[in-house]
Amino acid sequence: MAGSNPNAKPMNLTLKVWRQKNRNTTGQIVDYQVRDISPDMSFLEMLDVLNEDLLRKGDEPVAFDHDCREGICGSCNLFINGRAHGPEAGTTTCQLHMRKFSDGDTITIEPWRANAFPVNKDLSVDRSAFDRIIQAGGYVSVNTGGAPDGNEIPVPKEIADRAFEAATCIGCGACVASCKNASAMLFVSAKVSQLALLPQGNVERKTRVENMVAQMDKEGFGACTNIGSCAAECPVGISLENIAILNREFLTAKATSNNLA
Amino acid sequence: MFQDSKIPEGPLTEKWEKHKFNVKLVNPANKRKYDIIVVGTGLAGGAAAASLAELGYNVKAFTYHDSPRRAHSIAAQGGINAAKNYQNDGDSVFRLFYDTIKGGDYRAREANVYRLAQVSVNIIDQCVAQGVPFAREYGGLLANRSFGGAQVSRTFYARGQTGQQLLLGAYSALSRQIAYGKVKMYTRSEMLDLVIVDGKARGIITRNLINGEIEQHAAHAVVLATGGYGNVFYLSTNAKYCNATAAWRAHKKGAYFANPCFTQIHPTCIPVSGDYQSKLTLMSESLRNDGRVWVPKTVEMAERLRKGEVKVSDISEDDRDYFLERKYPAFGNLVPRDVASRNAKQMCDEGRGVGSSGLAVYLDFAEIIKRTGADAVSQKYGNLFAMYEKITGEDPYKQPMRIYPAVHYTMGGLWVDYNLQTTVPGLYATGECNFSDHGANRLGASALMQGLADGYFVLPYTIGDQLAQTPPTPVTTQHPAFAEAEAQVRARINKLMSINGTRTPDDFHKHLGHIMWEYCGMARNAEGLRHAKAEIQKLRREFWSDLKLTGTETEMNQALEKAGRVADFLELGELMIDDAYNRNESCGGHFREEYQTPEGEALRDDENYAYVAAWQFNGEDQPEILNKEELTFENVKLTQRSYK
Amino acid sequence: MSWINNTLSSSIGRKIIMAITGLFLCSFLVVHLIGNLQLFKGDGGLAFNTYSHFMSTNPMIRVAEIILVAGFGFHIYEALVLTRRNQSARGNQKYVVDHIGQNSDWKSRNMGVLGSVILVFLIVHLYNFYYRYHYEPLPFDSQNNKNLYAVVMTSFQTWWYVALYVLAQVALCYHLLHGFASGFQTLGLNHRKYTPVIKAVGYGFSIIVCAGFAAMPLYFFIFKS
Repeated sequence: MAGSNPNAKPMNLTLKVWRQKNRNTTGQIVDYQVRDISPDMSFLEMLDVLNEDLLRKGDEPVAFDHDCREGICGSCNLFINGRAHGPEAGTTTCQLHMRKFSDGDTITIEPWRANAFPVNKDLSVDRSAFDRIIQAGGYVSVNTGGAPDGNEIPVPKEIADRAFEAATCIGCGACVASCKNASAMLFVSAKVSQLALLPQGNVERKTRVENMVAQMDKEGFGACTNIGSCAAECPVGISLENIAILNREFLTAKATSNNLA
Repeated sequence: MFQDSKIPEGPLTEKWEKHKFNVKLVNPANKRKYDIIVVGTGLAGGAAAASLAELGYNVKAFTYHDSPRRAHSIAAQGGINAAKNYQNDGDSVFRLFYDTIKGGDYRAREANVYRLAQVSVNIIDQCVAQGVPFAREYGGLLANRSFGGAQVSRTFYARGQTGQQLLLGAYSALSRQIAYGKVKMYTRSEMLDLVIVDGKARGIITRNLINGEIEQHAAHAVVLATGGYGNVFYLSTNAKYCNATAAWRAHKKGAYFANPCFTQIHPTCIPVSGDYQSKLTLMSESLRNDGRVWVPKTVEMAERLRKGEVKVSDISEDDRDYFLERKYPAFGNLVPRDVASRNAKQMCDEGRGVGSSGLAVYLDFAEIIKRTGADAVSQKYGNLFAMYEKITGEDPYKQPMRIYPAVHYTMGGLWVDYNLQTTVPGLYATGECNFSDHGANRLGASALMQGLADGYFVLPYTIGDQLAQTPPTPVTTQHPAFAEAEAQVRARINKLMSINGTRTPDDFHKHLGHIMWEYCGMARNAEGLRHAKAEIQKLRREFWSDLKLTGTETEMNQALEKAGRVADFLELGELMIDDAYNRNESCGGHFREEYQTPEGEALRDDENYAYVAAWQFNGEDQPEILNKEELTFENVKLTQRSYK
Repeated sequence: MSWINNTLSSSIGRKIIMAITGLFLCSFLVVHLIGNLQLFKGDGGLAFNTYSHFMSTNPMIRVAEIILVAGFGFHIYEALVLTRRNQSARGNQKYVVDHIGQNSDWKSRNMGVLGSVILVFLIVHLYNFYYRYHYEPLPFDSQNNKNLYAVVMTSFQTWWYVALYVLAQVALCYHLLHGFASGFQTLGLNHRKYTPVIKAVGYGFSIIVCAGFAAMPLYFFIFKS
């Protein structure tokens, strides 16, 4: 079967891939050659080709996280040629296509690097720190049943739209990976903003931000220095404005909440 | 009738109310003495785990993902239906019920579908309260759109990411219960077998995907919310990890598998671009609201187009065949998914397909762009257009999209009664995992509705009925059934690891997918199905003698994970073929070429096939036993679907 | 009062201290610059020396001085704590290939380096104009004020001192180009209406203030030596 562009020429590439057996060992870069890569392939399909080759040869395939391959699940997380999710802005690794590379290129592929994201194996990292931050308060405490009618509380369209934009975070961790300080502030701020903007989130507004920030610090993420790498590399375009909202929410909560701890 | 489907007596509209009253309740003080295992944490599983924990049960939730937020529910784009009638356009619970039954080509249970329509309204309220940012009107009220051919606007949405927002809502509810300690979350844990003690589901065996450890988990009830089996086709819009292993293991332990051949093919996917293709990407059905589907009128023109001798823009209006508008003047481009898909295939079979492979039709936005301007179109579909361009490198503002049908959803699944309990007592199935409420074809924006209905509003009531009859004594993994199941799991893994052949799991999977798509895809016939059955049996033998794996089972080993899943797909695929072969009619997503009207539409046989085919495992390499649950329709009249 | 401690030692709390002290120091720069503009008066330093005398003897100013020292102290201390924490957050294994330059500004990533240059300058600067003024015998001018102007003039006729001074102002300028707007962002003052204004003011402020300070040694070096 031919691709959408029958004139696209297949490429040969050198891959420098981080290989690491497990969390307790150190890893190193290993070089591989891949041949006849179609420009219409996605980056992960190119890695599939490598892995099929390795497996046939009796070597261990490269472990990496991926799932939906349509840019929404947030599983894929490769640091490609010095950039989170590769060179193309607004794109997850799975949506990066090989037409962005050229024949003969050398591509370095590394896992996200942050103390809070230990490497499981090769390119797969443990991002459960994000889950624990959400567990600390990234929700509205409503039990199933008993919710008022959906139209009971009108929400201005502009507010709903802004909340939505913050809520589109896919939890991939590119913000942490690209930040010089491995800070998780963009991730945390997206959830805090979403729920602070909506009337439904208002009830627990103060405790939420206090608890989520405390958990974020406990996980060992760095602090924000307003560099902006996170927002620049965020595949879904979460804005830096959210971090300002987080700071404001935190300051207000700390100054006015009844929490003495 | 083989099994009591436990449909409550009485008029349709009162069944659920009555049933809720009649199910036994668990004493609130006793709830904490019951452990419930929930496998899968997407919409159905996440919602169920959170709701059950809120009620006071101890929940153990399992996912093979690194986080519950990654479940493939997240990828649903279009929206979620609910009979709110906010738009004052004549919607009602009964209309949603009627549309769902009709859309499912009369192969679903009336009582279940009616209940689904009833609770649909609660789902929206619940999600809004959770902080799900649904689209709103300028006045601040919730917005709706018409979707997937519905004549009313009942679909709630969050731009093109409704599934994501709903899943994150369920995930947040789940996270809250994890923080409270009411849910113990096991991530990167794959269920590899069900444990049955004295005829009842009492636990599962899992493999920790990070260190390979095999673990035993016991509970008073087990809920499977493990999604569909569309990946049996290898290429589908499902995520790469989606698999049938949990459901299939349960099936082999006694749970009947219902209507496996009912698979939905989605008409608007980005076509395959090469044999390296790893998955297919869906373009939301909402595109059909404004896009016009066409192919060249003549085979000659299509050939020249494929060879690149002419460009799309060179084809005049007169030489274009807007085949859906031509054949279905009333519904036009908005005919149900199965009809749209089959027609696209027919065009390609005639040789009028486009794209270099000839396996695509055009979805053209030129007219709407001309009418409302590119900006207005971008407002509505900007993210979809951008995604299309990212994947194909083509700009849909300038040239029509190429689309082709792809496997999208599986209506079949584990057979469940009205309580969502399978034929194994204590084992429940929710969401896409069960054979569900969609009959032979699912309507757009109904999958999210069903997953959340099951998880939030049905299972939390019905599971109590069984638990109230189970003594609240602790369950442990002491029973020999656990050790036995674990030994089987280990033996199977060891066998996979020791074959040491030449072919990779993906290689077998692609081969299986090819057979399934060719013979059990959009159109099936008896001869092809017989051929496919033999092919699959052969492939399965090859698998067990020529599989190649490396590494060990005591570490992260993604090829081993895949191999286990492919092994199960190889068995499930054969059952799908048996089911398709057995069903001598065409209905919904199941199109048997022998059974069609003179116009080429699906021809149902209500007299002989108005039943749920529930297959019973009968031992390795033995034919499965067919059990029939007759479907009775008291509230709708069975008609031939017509979208002319 | 553990909540205050917890707030200020959290990652955001420390950032807020950085922002408040930073913006406070910006206000000091303005006062300092305006006062020092008297160097250009052309009166042989009489006004400047009067001003210096006032600044070193007025009790209000002495109190302000303590606050200023505290401002510097906290700014530097928090910077050190945050830098250490941020460096360890990356972990031991750094990226083999890291093209962070493609997604962020050099100055925003090197606030610590820029700040260190400013700190070195500050020490030299304080020794020369503060320590010597207070603790070394200086000649008096015609109005019987200590003649700091003379000290300034000799210093600004020394090439290496001028070079250090100008380099420090360049560093300060880059530090402020990021720091000014960044302070507002950290305090949560980000709004689509006002942020563009803050950014523009920040740019103007950084360039004018630093150019003003740099103009002094250059003026003396070029025109008075």
